[in-house]
Amino acid sequence: MASRRTDEIEDLAQRVRSGDRRAISRAISWIEDQTPAGRKLLDRLYSPRPRSHRVGITGPPGSGKSTIVSELTRLLRARGEQVGILAVDPSSPFTGGAILGDRIRMQSHQGDPGVFIRSMASRGSLGGLATATYEASEALEAAGCSRILFETVGVGQSELEIIEAADTTVLVLVPESGDGVQVMKAGLMEAGDIFVINKSDREGGDRLHKEISLMIEMGRERRGAVAAPSSAGLGLPRDRGLARGVSETAWERRICRTVALRGEGMDDLLASIEAHRDQIQSDAAVWSARQEQRLDSRLRTQLRDRILHGLWKAGHLEEWIGDGLGRIRRGEISPYGLVDELVRRLLPEDRPAGIEAGKGGDR
Amino acid sequence: MSTEKIRILVAKPGLDGHDRGAKVIATAFRDAGFEVIYTGLHQTPEMIVDAAIQEDVDIVSLSILSGAHMTLFARILDLLRERGAADIHVMGGGIIPEEDIVKLREMGVGAIFGPGTATSEPIDYIRRWREESAGREGGRG
Repeated sequence: MASRRTDEIEDLAQRVRSGDRRAISRAISWIEDQTPAGRKLLDRLYSPRPRSHRVGITGPPGSGKSTIVSELTRLLRARGEQVGILAVDPSSPFTGGAILGDRIRMQSHQGDPGVFIRSMASRGSLGGLATATYEASEALEAAGCSRILFETVGVGQSELEIIEAADTTVLVLVPESGDGVQVMKAGLMEAGDIFVINKSDREGGDRLHKEISLMIEMGRERRGAVAAPSSAGLGLPRDRGLARGVSETAWERRICRTVALRGEGMDDLLASIEAHRDQIQSDAAVWSARQEQRLDSRLRTQLRDRILHGLWKAGHLEEWIGDGLGRIRRGEISPYGLVDELVRRLLPEDRPAGIEAGKGGDR
Repeated sequence: MSTEKIRILVAKPGLDGHDRGAKVIATAFRDAGFEVIYTGLHQTPEMIVDAAIQEDVDIVSLSILSGAHMTLFARILDLLRERGAADIHVMGGGIIPEEDIVKLREMGVGAIFGPGTATSEPIDYIRRWREESAGREGGRG
């Protein structure tokens, strides 16, 4: 890996800020490749004051996320906004390869200097976004995008990173998306600030609408009581749970019906997105608490990744694992004993669980 | 922890509506571990170059069956140069006569693969190209 000089990085940051498209594109590559230069660049680009409104579009495969992103972009462009789009598709867990096809539905914005579209492969991240999607949005923010749209991979029930990354989360469903049991499931259905029933001209749209309304209704009664998120989150040290809670109590979750392919219902959806933004920004205390939560969680994620990779390498864990597999095979040690042994070698201070019983209530 | 993936844009310029070949090659590239941006049918050279720049691809691979390869390749090479992106490698496949392939290569196009080529050939070509170009320049980061 060629290392980059400081002036080269500063020059790229400068060009990103001026909106140079080749520079933005190169910056995102550095960031998503998680190179040292990418990290230095992020350090230069970081702005303590968020200037972009980040909207997450999530939902199951084939629900119409790309089409909705494209339609929203059309409306936002009509208002003269600069739009950045980060669209994530899955990487193959077997080969690491990916087919990134979200641009197919965004053709009409090709060549528009006010729209920057970047496809990202998930690269092993399982939360619906790529590891560096949020970081990539910092480059788009620095380049002057007033609106950033994240499109997640097609999700199931638990890919919720989008809540952390986006200010406003739009969950796109279709009439076939499920019966009463599906909408009550924890996870994805809790994620939406706005629900979209896309392809709503199809049979089942009314039923889904009723079910979501009912779920919102039931949630409303409990909402006040659960303002502090519990630690059902990502399992990071002292994870505070996903960044919701404080701000959402006042927000009345909405349902929009669309037929995105024909542009129907899109004005209503954009109005709802605007209403949500106004709501979360209207109370300064709530807004800054929300920013603080995101910052906290991003710090933890970054630290975890860096420390994990650093220790893994510094501890020569690949070699130890190879060696350990042999010992397990020969019956010399159990997998559990081996893990204990490796961790103790890596972290001499670490004691088997139980000794620190006094700290058990940490999370 | 850093990875430098090969990113490649598979594009179908022009009017012909046959994208089977492009889809086969896109899938083969994915299986080779590349990140493939596929943009669908009927792309203009402007759209292709625009996408190539925003996606920061290493390579643009064109699939052309319409017979308009000379103009399309030339236009795309020109646009890439105009926008300061001449480092993006251009290659392709489709039904292209041998004498045209010679001319295209002189213009600066990389390898061209005809019908019946095993998918391993362009993949090997791309890996070789990547190794050689990594020697010349620092690449994406």
